[in-house]
Amino acid sequence: MSEANEANEARAGERLLELEGVTKSFGDEVVVEVLHGIDLTLERGELAALIGPSGSGKSTLLNLLGLLDRATAGTLRLLGRDVATLDDAALTALRGESLGFIFQFHHLIPALSVVENVMMPAAAVNGGFTASMRPKAEALLEAVGIGERADSWPRELSGGMQQRVAVARALMNDPPLVLADEPTGNLDTETSDQVFELLQRFNAESGTGFLIVTHDPDLAGRCDRVLQLVDGRLVADGPPDEVL
Amino acid sequence: MLAPTLAWRFLRDGRAQTLLILAGATVGVAAFVFVSAIIVGLQENLVDKTLGSQAHLTVLPEEPPPRPLYEAAAPTLYARRIEEPAPRRRPFDQWQRALRTLEATPGVVAACPKVTGSALAIRGGAQEGVTVVGADAARLRRIVDLPRYLVEGRYRLGSGEALIGDDLADELGVRLGDPLRLTTEGRDADVRIAGIFDVGQQALDGRWVVLSLRGAQTLLDRVGDVTAIDATVEGIFEADAVAEQVAARTGLEVESWIDRNQQLLTALKSQDQSTLMIRVFVMLAVAMGIASVLVVSVVQRRGQIGILRAIGTKQRTVLAIFLWQGAFIGVVGAVLGTAIGAAFTQLLERVTFFPITVGPRLALMAMLISLGTGLASAILPARRAARMDPAAAIRGDG
Ligand SMILES: Nc1ncnc2c1ncn2[C@@H]1O[C@H](COP(=O)(O)OP(=O)(O)OP(=O)(O)O)[C@@H](O)[C@H]1O
Ligand SMILES: [Mg+2]
Repeated sequence: MSEANEANEARAGERLLELEGVTKSFGDEVVVEVLHGIDLTLERGELAALIGPSGSGKSTLLNLLGLLDRATAGTLRLLGRDVATLDDAALTALRGESLGFIFQFHHLIPALSVVENVMMPAAAVNGGFTASMRPKAEALLEAVGIGERADSWPRELSGGMQQRVAVARALMNDPPLVLADEPTGNLDTETSDQVFELLQRFNAESGTGFLIVTHDPDLAGRCDRVLQLVDGRLVADGPPDEVL
Repeated sequence: MLAPTLAWRFLRDGRAQTLLILAGATVGVAAFVFVSAIIVGLQENLVDKTLGSQAHLTVLPEEPPPRPLYEAAAPTLYARRIEEPAPRRRPFDQWQRALRTLEATPGVVAACPKVTGSALAIRGGAQEGVTVVGADAARLRRIVDLPRYLVEGRYRLGSGEALIGDDLADELGVRLGDPLRLTTEGRDADVRIAGIFDVGQQALDGRWVVLSLRGAQTLLDRVGDVTAIDATVEGIFEADAVAEQVAARTGLEVESWIDRNQQLLTALKSQDQSTLMIRVFVMLAVAMGIASVLVVSVVQRRGQIGILRAIGTKQRTVLAIFLWQGAFIGVVGAVLGTAIGAAFTQLLERVTFFPITVGPRLALMAMLISLGTGLASAILPARRAARMDPAAAIRGDG
């Protein structure tokens, strides 16, 4: 963990993420603009929450930040690189190396064991599973509290455990930023708290940046920074006590 | 190797689907192997029967140019009469040279100069018209495998020795070791029967008297001469191509078994075409089965494919994952299908009059075709998976 910390600090000079005037539209004939001129900067090591009503564009924005989709206009720089200039293969590579993902559904690949799921981001970048990946994956599973389930299958785990595996997987490549779209959306309050605490802990210990989409004001209140999106515009951005 | 690993895991994970397409591929390959083995067995049997007693190639002496009986000096006359030269007495000029050229032609594995002619066989009161065949014993057996068909005596053609067919032996009432007199216009030869063969063809068994080359030359008044040179080629179906080669090199007339058996060949060809059709349709059905099940699996795994792409899996890798699935199905289907097809042919062979075998060539062909079918049918699903928009796939629509 401390190694990742150093690496993250070593490049602290450059901005993690910068958005200028980013818009996103959908449709060919009937064009609907979902995001209107988003300006946003994320620094390394931030623990930020993204809130907003349903349909306000949170997932759309997260997909742009995650390089899963391209902006219609404006510039988006990840680690100083203008992603509009990168082709799909380069985006895939950058995504694999610099970003971690946690989603509400489709957590894990059922055909892979728990530890293989955690190793998957390293395997994707490396082009195959290697034995040397395993100790790190096991350490991450240990860190999220399910070290003894490394060789289980995802279907044998509860929802909360599966989400812990997803957290471990998101951290496998030591990404400077993890994007989480309602990671606790379908967990009960207690489990949801535990998973959120994990994210907080990784943020504090290894300086990994997190951007967490949530509907839960309580969770948002425990982040360093809260971004509020309404109708495709960022209407508030600041510490929780100011925004909420 | 990420793609084959994930392909294997996906197949293992989707057990019911995998078993379904594997069963489809196996049945398809089994049908393919079964049909191919029967047809090949049948054809080989037919060809074997035909070629058991026939040379693949026969080189004949040059046809002397047809000579007009008279040719008018006046350019206004177009008519002329042409007379065919008498076929029997044609000498084979420089046959040794032709033999060397023939033996040096690629594709020719054996050659045998021979003298043939008619004679009368006399034994006591019985006499029969026979065909005298004179050749070197060692060379002749590589054209017609007489030793294989020998029912009595030994395969030997010393001076004064003859091999005859069992039917002729019956007609003449002769047995192994008996003397036999052969006569032609004014020439006689007394031979002893050294062996009796049963090729299974009336034309041979009832007519042939095989002598040494020299013995036949003397009897037929063709000392130093031969009537034709027979040859065996490597690939029987390339016999006409080799014949053309030999004709071009020697300038002589060359006849292949294909020329002599056009009807059989036409039958074999149309049989080939119908087997090809059966094979194509069987493999097409297999391909569509594999493709449709894989498409379903791509749709079912959209979310997983989206996640894989999101966490850095290359588009190429996603494509390869599904191609590998097709390849695995193809290879495993080929192994199981070939085994089952071979087992069925074994069962069938007990009731057929000809041997059927699933040889390494057929097994290899089944493997390649099945692998090709598996890969080809995976192309569409694989492209669909690779082109999937990860954002939409994760969201669960689009
Ligand atoms: N691929 C798409 N094509 C067309 N419209 C889309 C597409 N993706 C999103 N939208 C529209 O964009 C708007 C924002 O959607 P988005 O999913 O980003 O909202 P959200 O804030 O994540 O909502 P929720 O809280 O319900 O998840 C919605 O009106 C949605 O219908
Ligand atoms: Mg959303």
